[in-house]
Amino acid sequence: MIVDLAFQLLQMTLVIAVAPLLTGLVRATKARLMRRRGPPLIQPYRDLIRLARKEAVVADTASWLFRFVPYLVFAATWVAAALVPTFATGLLFSWSADLIAIIALLGAARFFLALAGLDVGTSFGGLGSSREALFGALAEPAMIVIVFTLALVAGSTQLSTVAAYMVSSNVGLRVSLGMALVALIIVALAENGRIPVDNPATHLELTMVHEAMILEYSGRHLAVIELAAMLKLVLYVSLIVCVFVPWGLAIADASVADRLLGALLYLVKLALAGVALGVFESSIAKMRVFRVPDFVGAALMLGFLGALLLFVSRTLK
Amino acid sequence: MSAEALFLSGDAALLGLAVAGGFVARRPVAGSLVYGGALAVCGAMLVLALVELLGRANGEALVLPLGLPWIGARFRVDALSAFFLVVVNLGGAAASLYGLGAARHEHSPGRVLPFFPAFLAGMNLVLVADDAYAFLLSWEFMSIASWALVMAHHREGDNARAGYVYLVMASFGTFMLLLAFALLASPAGAYAFDAMRAAAPTPAVASLAFILALIGAGSKAGIVPLHVWLPLAHPAAPSHVSALMSGVMTKVAVYGFVRIVFDLAGPQGWWWSVPVLMVGAGTALLGVLYALMQHDLKRLLAYHTVENIGIIFIGLGLALAFKWFGMPSAAALAMTAALLHTFNHSLFKSLLFFGAGAVLSATGERDMEHLGGLIHNMPRTAFAFLVGCAAISALPPFNGFVSEWLTFQAILLSPELSSWVLKILAPAVGALLALSAALAAACFAKAFGITFLGRPRTDSAKHAHETNRFALTGMFALAALCLAAGVVPGLFIDALSPAVSDAVGGRMPAQAGIAWLSIAPIAESRSSYNGLLVFLFIAISASLAASVIHRIASNALRRAPAWDCGFPDSSPATQYTAESFAQPIRRVFGRLAFVTREHIDMPEPGETRPARFELTLGDRIWDLIYAPLANSVERAAVELNRLQFLTIRQYLSVVFGALITLLVVLASWP
Repeated sequence: MIVDLAFQLLQMTLVIAVAPLLTGLVRATKARLMRRRGPPLIQPYRDLIRLARKEAVVADTASWLFRFVPYLVFAATWVAAALVPTFATGLLFSWSADLIAIIALLGAARFFLALAGLDVGTSFGGLGSSREALFGALAEPAMIVIVFTLALVAGSTQLSTVAAYMVSSNVGLRVSLGMALVALIIVALAENGRIPVDNPATHLELTMVHEAMILEYSGRHLAVIELAAMLKLVLYVSLIVCVFVPWGLAIADASVADRLLGALLYLVKLALAGVALGVFESSIAKMRVFRVPDFVGAALMLGFLGALLLFVSRTLK
Repeated sequence: MSAEALFLSGDAALLGLAVAGGFVARRPVAGSLVYGGALAVCGAMLVLALVELLGRANGEALVLPLGLPWIGARFRVDALSAFFLVVVNLGGAAASLYGLGAARHEHSPGRVLPFFPAFLAGMNLVLVADDAYAFLLSWEFMSIASWALVMAHHREGDNARAGYVYLVMASFGTFMLLLAFALLASPAGAYAFDAMRAAAPTPAVASLAFILALIGAGSKAGIVPLHVWLPLAHPAAPSHVSALMSGVMTKVAVYGFVRIVFDLAGPQGWWWSVPVLMVGAGTALLGVLYALMQHDLKRLLAYHTVENIGIIFIGLGLALAFKWFGMPSAAALAMTAALLHTFNHSLFKSLLFFGAGAVLSATGERDMEHLGGLIHNMPRTAFAFLVGCAAISALPPFNGFVSEWLTFQAILLSPELSSWVLKILAPAVGALLALSAALAAACFAKAFGITFLGRPRTDSAKHAHETNRFALTGMFALAALCLAAGVVPGLFIDALSPAVSDAVGGRMPAQAGIAWLSIAPIAESRSSYNGLLVFLFIAISASLAASVIHRIASNALRRAPAWDCGFPDSSPATQYTAESFAQPIRRVFGRLAFVTREHIDMPEPGETRPARFELTLGDRIWDLIYAPLANSVERAAVELNRLQFLTIRQYLSVVFGALITLLVVLASWP
């Protein structure tokens, strides 16, 4: 019990601790590919600390909701991230919410962030919220059908159980899982506002979505929102890693040494994913807003096909 | 005194209030009398219904010497009706509470006060009726009373047309139910429900009755394409009546469907679930798309009721399939999902309609494009409305999420069904359900964001004031229930399990014994959810983050004009509107449901006239079904009109011809 609690807390601190590093790594990779030197890896930490120390400037027209939302978004994302196995399954609280609940928690974060975008009453905020609502409305069902696929393969919607199943048994190559992987990557790109859906580095007015929504935030509020966005990236990478490349994941009742090895491997996987994301982002261009529904819609269709294959191929019991 | 007699006395008290309301409507005390009385009666019946539900009510039928002479009027309360009695009386009590505060602003009390308790009595009577005659009579009484309430402000806007469409659709629905009951009653005329259960109709007859019940009860519930009256009629009534119609009366229709299809006819074919699932999924998606395009707050809520009815019907369809294939625990899961969503929707839809009513009475506006920034002047209403929005958008830890989560869990059991059609249909329904849930979140981000956030778009929005205590009490009580049902769903699932086992003959495993108040529909290793922990985790980590940052980093705050990328505009017209918020979604999904026509009139450079953008949204279903139908009825009426001006000789020959034809038909009848 105590050990489990310790690992749960360790995992919660771990995701928060590595989140800025992963973002820094993606930025560094992109800078290198553009033959820039780029900021050091720890620059995101510095940015966050600097932002948190500044005074927060809040618009005259903002309501209490505006100041409340950053913490809520952060909390929902953090709770969701804490429920995704990073280096060990069988976390103490993993049964309190399954994969569908994790998606809904992220949906709650998006809902409140969209409200915050509308709160000040500026055109940019509304623009960001409206587009985010569209992307969310497409990405969320895609995510749910991916969950259908995973749940039918592993017989559970509990992420720990799914991950343990993927580690232990010989799942083999399955068409459905391949489709789910591609769909999940597309959803992860869209949900995290990465190129080609959105550009996290831009401040060019017509291309921004997430940035437009949080345009009025400053100081500690902005820091918390940025941290939540970094956490979300870690969450999606952990999710993909623990389901599709679970090797080294310590399953329940593993020894402490195994768990430490798992943690080490997890960090390596995270780093590889970060570099891959940087390379991917550098190699393609951003889409127009109304091309995005086709892109995310492809994920929805792939996920749906994968789930459908499983629904009809399931042998009768 | 049996429970049936107690419920009937409650209904009699409500009818008495209705009569009294008619006599004293003009007196200032009339509002307090009627609504206070209705509150007391509904509260008492709520307690009684809870007792009956938890005590697994299975009473003897009470026969009154009314109605058809050879059967009388039979009334009986079982667990299923007790559950719906809870829903109706909870909604009724909340609406009465709101009415207490709203009565002062009502300009024509004589058109509301008599019908409000009558409407409540009608809904209660439908639920306790135990024979087809009493059921249909109460059903029609409920429809007429609510029609009178829709017509309360008949001179305003489009209300007269709304009332007309409602009346036509309600009669159509009752007619379908009449036929369904006629098929189920054996030729001997067994109108009592237990005689119908015993009669065991052939599969063909039962299936026909099922289709008729789906159409009849579905038209009252608002399934697509029979929903057209709902978004017209619900918003036209005074707000607390809208809450009752949307939050509660649609549930009475769900009860009618469950009673006829699960209890009286019983599934008699695997395919019964197919139309229910298809209609449910289509209703959910189209309902939310319609809602997204609305900028009238009350109409948006009414359209959104259509979506939630779709979700409930998805659960019912799954329950039908599982029941037919002999999987009682899976059927119980699907039925629990449907009934829990029924309960949840009655909570948050009433709450949201009260909020919309508070906005309406504070600003005189229902159009969201004329609102904005109300969170500053109406903070309490805004908070309660926000809770309702989060709950209806299925965000954890509120109650809407729990019932949708249960529906997803039920869908994940459907590969076990041994029917290819259902195996293919189920994931498609699941995907559509997920899509409509996500669109619902967008819809309520819009509803709350445009109405309560931003800057006020008109003077009336700028000078809004907080609503009265009664409305606030009602809203906060409902909001607290939304949170409670989301945080400890196990208690609610266990409470409604008698109703579930009444309907499908199985129940979910008891949730009360599971550690930490979790819910686990099948087994914990398969799926579990704990609203309490999720709620606590969010609350703790949010306050932890806030306090750490305030303590260690900075808590300085400065107010300044909005930045807006350096180009702030002082005009509130530069904000996003409801229409522009929904525009991306309209462009992606709009073609499914609407005929959209955009017209842009851009002046040449140098011209001083403003540019104009016009958007017309046509409803495909209205164009495809109702408009041709109305046209053909009108053409037929014009043709038949000639029959009015015949000579007596011609009339006699028409009568003679009809008589001969009928006799020939009768003689050749097998």
